[in-house]
Amino acid sequence: MRKYSWFNTVSLTFGFAFLYIPMIILVIFSFNESKLVTVWGGFSTKWYGELMQNDAFLDAAWVTIKVAVISSTIATVLGTMAAFVLVRAGRFRGRTLFSGMIYAPLVMPEVITGLSLLLLFIAIGLDRGATTIVLAHATFSMCYVSVVVSSRMASFDESLEEAALDLGCTAWDAFKSVTLPIIAPAVASGWLLAFTLSLDDLVIASFTAGPSSTTLPIKIYSSVRLGVSPEINALSTLIIGLVTIGVLIASVTSKRSIQKQKRDELLADH
Amino acid sequence: MNLGRRLLISVPYGWLVVLFLIPFLIVFKISLSDYAISIPPYTPTLDTSEGWSGFAAYWSKLDFENFVFLAEDSLYIKAYLSSFKIATIATFLTLLVGFPFAYAIANAPEEWRPSLLLLVILPFWTSFLIRVYALIGILSNEGFLNQFLMWTGVISEPLVIMNTNAAVYIGIVYTYLPFMVLPIYSTLEKLDGSLLEAAQDLGCTRISAFWSVTVHLAKPGVIAGCFLVFIPALGEFVIPSLLGGSRTLMIGKVLWEEFFSNRDWPVASAVAIILLLVLIIPIVLFQRNEQKQREQNK
Repeated sequence: MRKYSWFNTVSLTFGFAFLYIPMIILVIFSFNESKLVTVWGGFSTKWYGELMQNDAFLDAAWVTIKVAVISSTIATVLGTMAAFVLVRAGRFRGRTLFSGMIYAPLVMPEVITGLSLLLLFIAIGLDRGATTIVLAHATFSMCYVSVVVSSRMASFDESLEEAALDLGCTAWDAFKSVTLPIIAPAVASGWLLAFTLSLDDLVIASFTAGPSSTTLPIKIYSSVRLGVSPEINALSTLIIGLVTIGVLIASVTSKRSIQKQKRDELLADH
Repeated sequence: MNLGRRLLISVPYGWLVVLFLIPFLIVFKISLSDYAISIPPYTPTLDTSEGWSGFAAYWSKLDFENFVFLAEDSLYIKAYLSSFKIATIATFLTLLVGFPFAYAIANAPEEWRPSLLLLVILPFWTSFLIRVYALIGILSNEGFLNQFLMWTGVISEPLVIMNTNAAVYIGIVYTYLPFMVLPIYSTLEKLDGSLLEAAQDLGCTRISAFWSVTVHLAKPGVIAGCFLVFIPALGEFVIPSLLGGSRTLMIGKVLWEEFFSNRDWPVASAVAIILLLVLIIPIVLFQRNEQKQREQNK
């Protein structure tokens, strides 16, 4: 092995310091006694207490979680179907348009997606609220899900499905007992991706939300515009903590399932 | 074609047509309409009760006036150019930070690499808005960067970074860094160390070997990373709105303000259409780069 040079050590240290120091400082200052956000006034958890009594934030959090769970579930179903269409359905009329519509939202600026959906909802007379946010989020996250799932599907052996069909399975049974277990880790990470995208989205939610359905990012944005506050630090810390735990659990379980799969494949070869 | 297959195709297809394609066509249509003080705030609206004559009257009132307005008002041209400039500079800066970072991860001992990668991806999962917010505490006049620099004695007056374009650059580099690091890493990881040794055996200096082997082979990753940063940065709204100043002109922010503050939907729609036209070129180039890479990998 080549020697790990000082240049690499410096780049690595600098890179991670750059990525993590702002967030670490944010977390530390959420426990600051003082109202001043840049001067340390002693350890305290009082901002978490105030957060728990702030009904506006709690309501927004509840709306956000509901929207995220429902929209990511719809997105996962639709995105997995779309992945099937992309990888397995072969040729059909309008295929180019279909794959275009799957990839376009990934590069579309959020302001345009938000604007266009809002104009649609107004044109068909749908009242803006949690439902419209769910529809909007499901639409753009299903594209992310289908990219994640289709890359997994493209890499697995189609003959497994064919074997199941030859052995008398119906298409649905073959999907349930052969395909789904293989793509399950990709479907799960697609769901998680859709969930965090929805949890995080400000721009599209701002366009599609009604006055009665404020989500957490909208709330955070409007209070951040007025400046940094310890309460927002506390809220951010909670979100960072939850997401970190979620991602770590997901990565450990998916690593396990990949290892298990490799072991099974090895056993099957012998 | 059996029923199941037809259903499988038509459900996601129909969803995307209704919630992606049609909304987009509506934006295009409204960009051709005129601003009006009414609900909805534009004319003409289609009056279906009059049948064909109503439709013809409606059609004749659509025009490209808003686009002429955008071309004549220097604010919009400046906003497009300034978005382009900011996105380009920020992409370059992200590359400067991201390449050595990706290189260092690719050269780390093999058993470390998955954990290092996870550490790069983790911030991407954490809320974008919160990461931008975290930067405010660092960059503001009494923020930690200034406190630190004054403590070390490098500066005696706080640097004004917040509410300038510099803060927007830092914001973009900070939030989009994983998009640059991951594709570069994936090309560097495949790099065969013996190629570098061969180049050096054949008389290259270490630097020229690095340049002609490592950088050359990493080029597809570098190009992919640059587009992955440039494309979203061009239409960015959150970063210029929270970190930039009132003089930071970016097209995403202009669109937002046209829509929410001025309530001029037709102009906001026209801004959106032009932004998309501007984006098509980098998107097509990006797709070509991806295609080429896929063919090479086969």
